Amino acid sequence: MSYVLAVDQGTTSTRCILFDRRATVVSAVRTEHPQSYPRPGWVEHDAARIWRDLQRLIRKVLADVDPSEVAAIGIANQRETVVLWDRASGVPVAPAIVWQDTRTDVSTIDPDFVRSRTGLPPATYFSATKIQWLLDNGLRDRAERGDVLFGTMDSWLIWNLTGGLHITDVTNASRTMLMNLSTLDWDDELLQLFGIPRVMLPEIRSSSEVYGTAGAVLPGVPIAAAIGDQQAALFGQTCFEPGEAKCTYGTGGFLLMNTGATPVRSGHGLITTVGYRIGDERPVFALEGSIAIAGSLVQWVRDGLGLIGTASEIETLAGSVADNGGCYIVPAFSGLYAPYWHSEARGVIVGLTSYITKGHLARAVLEATGWQTRDVVDAMNADSGLALTALNVDGGMTADNLLMQIVADFLQVPVVRPMVAETVSLGAAYAAGLAVGYWSDLRDLRANRHSAGRWRPTLDSGRREREYARWRRAIDCAVLFSRED
Amino acid sequence: MSHVPGLIQSIERSSAVLRLLAAGPDRLRVKEVADALGLPKSTAHSILRTLEHVGFVEQDTRTARYRLGRGLLDLGSAGIDANELRGRALNWADALASRSGEEVRLGVLDDGRVLVVHHVFRPDDSAQSLDTGVRLPPHATALGKVLLAYSAAAEASVVAGGLEPYTRRTVTDRRALARTLTETRARGWGLSVEEWRPGLAGIAAPVRTSGGLVVGAVGIAGPVERLTDTRRLARPALVDHVVAAARSISRDVAGS
Ligand SMILES: Nc1ncnc2c1ncn2[C@@H]1O[C@H](COP(=O)(O)OP(=O)(O)O)[C@@H](O)[C@H]1O
Repeated sequence: MSYVLAVDQGTTSTRCILFDRRATVVSAVRTEHPQSYPRPGWVEHDAARIWRDLQRLIRKVLADVDPSEVAAIGIANQRETVVLWDRASGVPVAPAIVWQDTRTDVSTIDPDFVRSRTGLPPATYFSATKIQWLLDNGLRDRAERGDVLFGTMDSWLIWNLTGGLHITDVTNASRTMLMNLSTLDWDDELLQLFGIPRVMLPEIRSSSEVYGTAGAVLPGVPIAAAIGDQQAALFGQTCFEPGEAKCTYGTGGFLLMNTGATPVRSGHGLITTVGYRIGDERPVFALEGSIAIAGSLVQWVRDGLGLIGTASEIETLAGSVADNGGCYIVPAFSGLYAPYWHSEARGVIVGLTSYITKGHLARAVLEATGWQTRDVVDAMNADSGLALTALNVDGGMTADNLLMQIVADFLQVPVVRPMVAETVSLGAAYAAGLAVGYWSDLRDLRANRHSAGRWRPTLDSGRREREYARWRRAIDCAVLFSRED
Repeated sequence: MSHVPGLIQSIERSSAVLRLLAAGPDRLRVKEVADALGLPKSTAHSILRTLEHVGFVEQDTRTARYRLGRGLLDLGSAGIDANELRGRALNWADALASRSGEEVRLGVLDDGRVLVVHHVFRPDDSAQSLDTGVRLPPHATALGKVLLAYSAAAEASVVAGGLEPYTRRTVTDRRALARTLTETRARGWGLSVEEWRPGLAGIAAPVRTSGGLVVGAVGIAGPVERLTDTRRLARPALVDHVVAAARSISRDVAGS
């Protein structure tokens, strides 16, 4: 018997999962790491601790398996988070700056220039300004001498696993705001703009190839994949054809659509990103749109309003009424994102009458996630010229049957939940397994895909469009309300 | 403190704690509870923590004071929300479908029927549709037999309502049903072979919350020849998968 080992180095936890050839989870272990918030807006991780965690997890997940039975290791990781370390000692020279960190400023950056080179709208969560900040705070000389190296979590872990290989994959590189989307290489003008010396950057490789072999923890096992976590979920959901898409519903929502061999430039403020690249095949691109507030709205109803005791009860409460009673919630807690882009907007609840109960509010909460999904999908369809035919879903909110039905109704396409919920890890395993011939090709991977559940649209189109028009008016209210006095 | 021999002291004390909390409008500290009942503080703390675990008291996270919990308001209900149950069962139910190769259902008793609260498709690529929300006959399905086996009241009301025959193998006799339920309890899992639909069999096991209370049943369903052997007995490997999944879900539910 042999297995593929997937590592999912996420924002709050690190997991190791062993998969067999049929993509069944053989064993899984996980550990959380602390989040540090040294000042308002700052979020940091201890990269050395994450590497120690990983070594422990690998030993644990292999408790009953000999390392010789591991065909390959694949790594999926939180994207954009910046680790800088000393080339000679291998010790981080500063705490890792996490993607959510907002200490930097992008207001002076020319958005059109950056977008045309990278496919990204300038934002603090991409890596570039974080590296710049660290260099400006005392590390510039060492970096220019080539003594300090940069990497996202994939680079950091691979550097440690192999004892000194400095690489990243193209999906991770595409989130740094330093990679040129046309050449798939570091862009000299962007490096100049952010004042980042090229010597500190890793070499950009594909997402699926043998980069090297692991040292002490897993002697001789090939490290054969690195891929950003949301892209890994797209790959794990086997969205290999243009137009196929997945949405991960957790605290927030991340929707990625495969757009094929050419990058689609968005006219609606979506992100153009690399989906994956297998060896020296052509890269596959994706459009990405996110829903800032999804599960976190449910958490707010639980913790902020105290209307429910657990997140799942939102479905029970929403199920106690037949419709929203005319009530809409726009959860623009920190602005409206794609495709609206009003950072000053704040949330509103509209359509209140004495008839409205907490049941209607609960339904409006779930519908808000449904409509936000629809907004992103509409923008994607318009940008790509492709029409979504089904939405593959994963994440904690997929436990909510009513929500899944609402999404199917609002998008008017079937919503499909896969049998393997750990799609991020599965994507990393697939990419690694492909590189070493554990699986032969994409068709082979597709054969492992089974749906665990499927929701068909049932809402009639007249009613759907009337409701949608009201949602759009609710959005207008949110924008109007937060207009400067 | 007086204590009548033969009665369980910790239950008497727990009841006193509940009466105390119910008596006043104010929330109480551990020390106030201990002083009022003449208990050591550590004992009062253990009792309060246990009552919190079962949902009978709640602790305010800010002030650390205790008050009566919501669990007391709906003592008549199973104590776990059906959607919460699905959330906790999700990963285990998927794994059960993967391992057994059959479709999985999670059911609860609702108004004398088995309400399907979660359904996982059989992992082949055939067309299937979700039947969450569907109600199944309890005396004719494995899920139902498990649920009835641990609820005398439900058994009585189902029997009173009449045991409708669905196939010629449906158990329609009250005493025969009682025997099947005794057997189900004894081995810890339930079986139904062509008792609801010809050609179909089911294997199910109980999901328990703390204290052993059965709050649901999880099981697989599929063609008789896949689920049973030539003597129409459940295949032991499948029974093991079902029982293991039920245990994992129970651990998750009880630990909350
Ligand atoms: N049954 C449910 N209905 C709606 N939302 C839910 C449900 N169960 C969990 N959630 C939400 O899903 C989120 C947790 O999902 P998860 O995938 O674990 O998130 P993350 O990986 O972002 O931490 C929480 O925000 C929670 O409020």
